[in-house]
Amino acid sequence: MKFTGRSKPLKYLMAVLLAIATPLAFGADQSSVQIKPPDVHGPRPIADQTAEAAVRDYLESWQAMKSALDQNRASLLNRDFEGEAKDKLTAAISSQMKAGIHTKYEDRSHNIQIVFYSPEGLSIQLVDNVEYDQQVFQNGKLLVTQPARARYVVVMTPSQVRWRVRVLQAQPE
Amino acid sequence: MRLRFASLVGGAMLAALQLAGAQGLTLPETIQAGAAFDVQTSGSGNGTLYIVGPSQVLQQKVTLGQTASFDSGTLTNAGIYTVILTGGTSTEHRTLNVLPAKDAAHITFLARPSRLPVNLHNGISGAVYVFDAYHNLIIKPMPVSFDLTPPSGAAQHRKATTVDGAAWVQLNSTPKEGMGKFVAQVGGVTSQRIVEQVPGAPCRLQMSAKRSGQQLELQTEPVRDCSGNAVPDGTIVTFTEDYKGMQSTVDVPLKRGIAKVEMPAHNGATITVASGVVLGNEIHWTE
Repeated sequence: MKFTGRSKPLKYLMAVLLAIATPLAFGADQSSVQIKPPDVHGPRPIADQTAEAAVRDYLESWQAMKSALDQNRASLLNRDFEGEAKDKLTAAISSQMKAGIHTKYEDRSHNIQIVFYSPEGLSIQLVDNVEYDQQVFQNGKLLVTQPARARYVVVMTPSQVRWRVRVLQAQPE
Repeated sequence: MRLRFASLVGGAMLAALQLAGAQGLTLPETIQAGAAFDVQTSGSGNGTLYIVGPSQVLQQKVTLGQTASFDSGTLTNAGIYTVILTGGTSTEHRTLNVLPAKDAAHITFLARPSRLPVNLHNGISGAVYVFDAYHNLIIKPMPVSFDLTPPSGAAQHRKATTVDGAAWVQLNSTPKEGMGKFVAQVGGVTSQRIVEQVPGAPCRLQMSAKRSGQQLELQTEPVRDCSGNAVPDGTIVTFTEDYKGMQSTVDVPLKRGIAKVEMPAHNGATITVASGVVLGNEIHWTE
């Protein structure tokens, strides 16, 4: 079976099953993760295994990003990010260090859907409606906690062993 | 009337904050990436302004009560930011949304394959991601044109519109062999890939035979694909001779478009020629 085309009852069932199974399968913190069946606008169907791998790697990239921004350690990004996404996060961490701050992102929920699989199979795009709290600390002291809802647009490309995030861009929901 | 009342209340609150030595924060809700913007502070004394997002962090010392100005090209990465003002007696914060700039400045163009046979239905695919000058993915729909121009003959044109920054196309390879230019264009930004279209499999094989001493000289006509392109030299052509239940086979590469071989001239032999899945004519040699 392949995840492809428009939603059908079987796919809704799959979405529900994934929503239940996901927190365990992907080891997400305490955040709830819902995964909708892919609704790709490209010509290439996406195999279940590919879709699952991309979503798993994306969720792991969030863990890496959270740790990197909290600990101000850009090296934690190496496994999961590349290109512009990695460059921008690395620069942000460098600026945080200069400013004497660090940031905790607590993602409360993810609602993920794959929306594009490029015809040659070299990129996957997904959108993720995320609810999270951003906590900014200065010299260890909490400055603010800011709740946010964002629609993240993500582009991932394959590396030898995993999908890596190349674009990670938030916009207001 | 309502606005006036709100204004009066807002003014009173700001005055109250200032009397208490607290600071306030006024800024636009949304800006475009790279645009200049101001943050108006209130209060007195010195403070620090932080603009914090996962993809960019800015820090600026400010005098409370003054306007902090950020030049164009300072906050360039699209995303959702928290703007924090510290100093005085309290910490204020607001949300600032940064949207991608309107104009495309970069395209990531993924095209495949770089080499394929002519006349292949939907054989060529291309996908683009459209970015602004600061490498933000432009989310709003953008028109994209794709052109595949063969060395000779008409170009193929397709139009598409991006969805969340991405668009794609599939095209047939052209009937004529050669280097095709595959171009994606968004606004004034173009990106080009070269696609080599090579002749397909032979369409028809025709050989002739003539005696040369004890041998038969077998030679094909120039071998072409179904679009009339010469099949590349090196393509293997197989000649098979059946004579009294014995079979001998010779594989010959095309040279200058033809395959040539000598085989024993047995009276009553049957000779066939083939290349790949294409079977040519058959000759019954009788003297």
